Amino acid sequence: MSEVLVCLKDIHFAYNRELVLEDIDLHIERGSYLGLLGPNGSGKSTLLKIILGLIKPQKGEVELFGQPQNKFKDHFKIGYVPQKATQIQSQFPISVEEVISLTAVSKKAAHQALTKVGMYSHRTRLITELSGGEQQRVFIAKALAASPEILLLDEPTVGIDNESQKDFYSLLRELNKEGLTIVIVSHDTEDIIKEVSRVVCVNRRLVCHVSPKEFIEGHFQDELYGDDRKKIIHHHSHA
Amino acid sequence: MSCTATIGKKLFIITVMLDIFNYSFMVRAFAAGLVIGTIAPLIGTFLVARRFSLIADTLGHVSLAGIALGLLLHVNPIITAMMASILIALVVDKIRQNKIVSGESALAMLLSGGLALAIVLVGLARGFNVDLFSYLFGSITTIRSEDLMIILPVGIAVAITILVFYKQLLYISFDEDGARVSGVNVNALNMMLMILTAITVSLSIRIIGSLLIGALLVIPVTSASQISRNFKQSIILSIIFSLVSVTIGLFISFYANLPAGGTVVLISLVIFIFSYLFRILKLA
Repeated sequence: MSEVLVCLKDIHFAYNRELVLEDIDLHIERGSYLGLLGPNGSGKSTLLKIILGLIKPQKGEVELFGQPQNKFKDHFKIGYVPQKATQIQSQFPISVEEVISLTAVSKKAAHQALTKVGMYSHRTRLITELSGGEQQRVFIAKALAASPEILLLDEPTVGIDNESQKDFYSLLRELNKEGLTIVIVSHDTEDIIKEVSRVVCVNRRLVCHVSPKEFIEGHFQDELYGDDRKKIIHHHSHA
Repeated sequence: MSCTATIGKKLFIITVMLDIFNYSFMVRAFAAGLVIGTIAPLIGTFLVARRFSLIADTLGHVSLAGIALGLLLHVNPIITAMMASILIALVVDKIRQNKIVSGESALAMLLSGGLALAIVLVGLARGFNVDLFSYLFGSITTIRSEDLMIILPVGIAVAITILVFYKQLLYISFDEDGARVSGVNVNALNMMLMILTAITVSLSIRIIGSLLIGALLVIPVTSASQISRNFKQSIILSIIFSLVSVTIGLFISFYANLPAGGTVVLISLVIFIFSYLFRILKLA
């Protein structure tokens, strides 16, 4: 069995008393390429934020690289790519090179990361001048510049054209082959299941943690995106 | 002959212009102006990047209450202005963190509250034996040596602190969540930025005035962002624009006998128009 990088035990989380996540148990192993799927409002981005330590669950434990989250100090091991393309201020005067320098330990590491994602020639441009797909590549380079062991991406392809999405997934595939553990949050099930090695479905509870083949054969997609949310939870509780 | 006359005329103008420095109050005004003209856009760059520009105006109004309190208690008004604005800056930071009310509403309330408190304090003292107008709109004649003894070292300390924490401040301004994931102490840095803003605003009140200080933190930064190609360049350009505004503004204030705050801010607006036109022409 591979080393467990992220371990969630009995996670419960509520926003203003409304339960968003309950009874979540999840292990993410080194080298895996995991798609975290679920409909809008299912709690998948909340779960990602809990792993990242951006929000604290009301109940449950989070372990990162075998350590309780509050004692974990090797932050460089975790790379994060936010859903940024539509959120960057149009007047923020920051160059691509400056974005990478936020995490890079050296200029060499910054240039290597930019070369890896094919953005080295864009290094002196303003980030606001780039397309959505190019901006996401820069965010991946920013994460890679710190040499992470796990990369977590929150809806990274939102607002990006189809061609750029293909290039983006191709890059992630290559990084995973090189040994990087990847967790990608998405509601775009069709594209994701072609890419990942494991599928985790969340709809307040953990609906499934299966291979893409099992996901398709088990008709989880119909259940996950059907209107009957209770049916999904019912299915899980009897699984 | 005409060439000699031209040189003579130029020398005469330069002599008249330099004559300004024969007045010790103008030397003090320029010394304070150079410090403020440097730290205001330095702080302002991060505030504008974080869409938090209104904090400067709010703290400017709160500083006025601090000034009134200082005059009432016969304490150096810069010190009481600094204490009042630091206190309110920490309150704003807490409100922002806890999301008690929206950040914008909180700033609007505190802005009005600060001005209201200042008016009440003035009323309590039945008016002061100083020109309150100078604190509202800035004055070149009011800077005393003891003020300079506060403005110079504190201003330099503010600039050094910003330079030391430059990378972390840039990180939290650009991507706060990303900074948290990378282990940056975002809450502590936010608090530090608030305190530095409060200090900068209270130091600037003598020259620029409480009603116009927000402009010096924002306009040069906005002008610089029109033409800069990276964040570092944006900071350097905003400082240059700010120093040019302060220098020309003080000259005009002296020779035309006008409030310094108004002249400085108007010059910075002219620079903004030029930088905006430059950008438009470049894009065309």
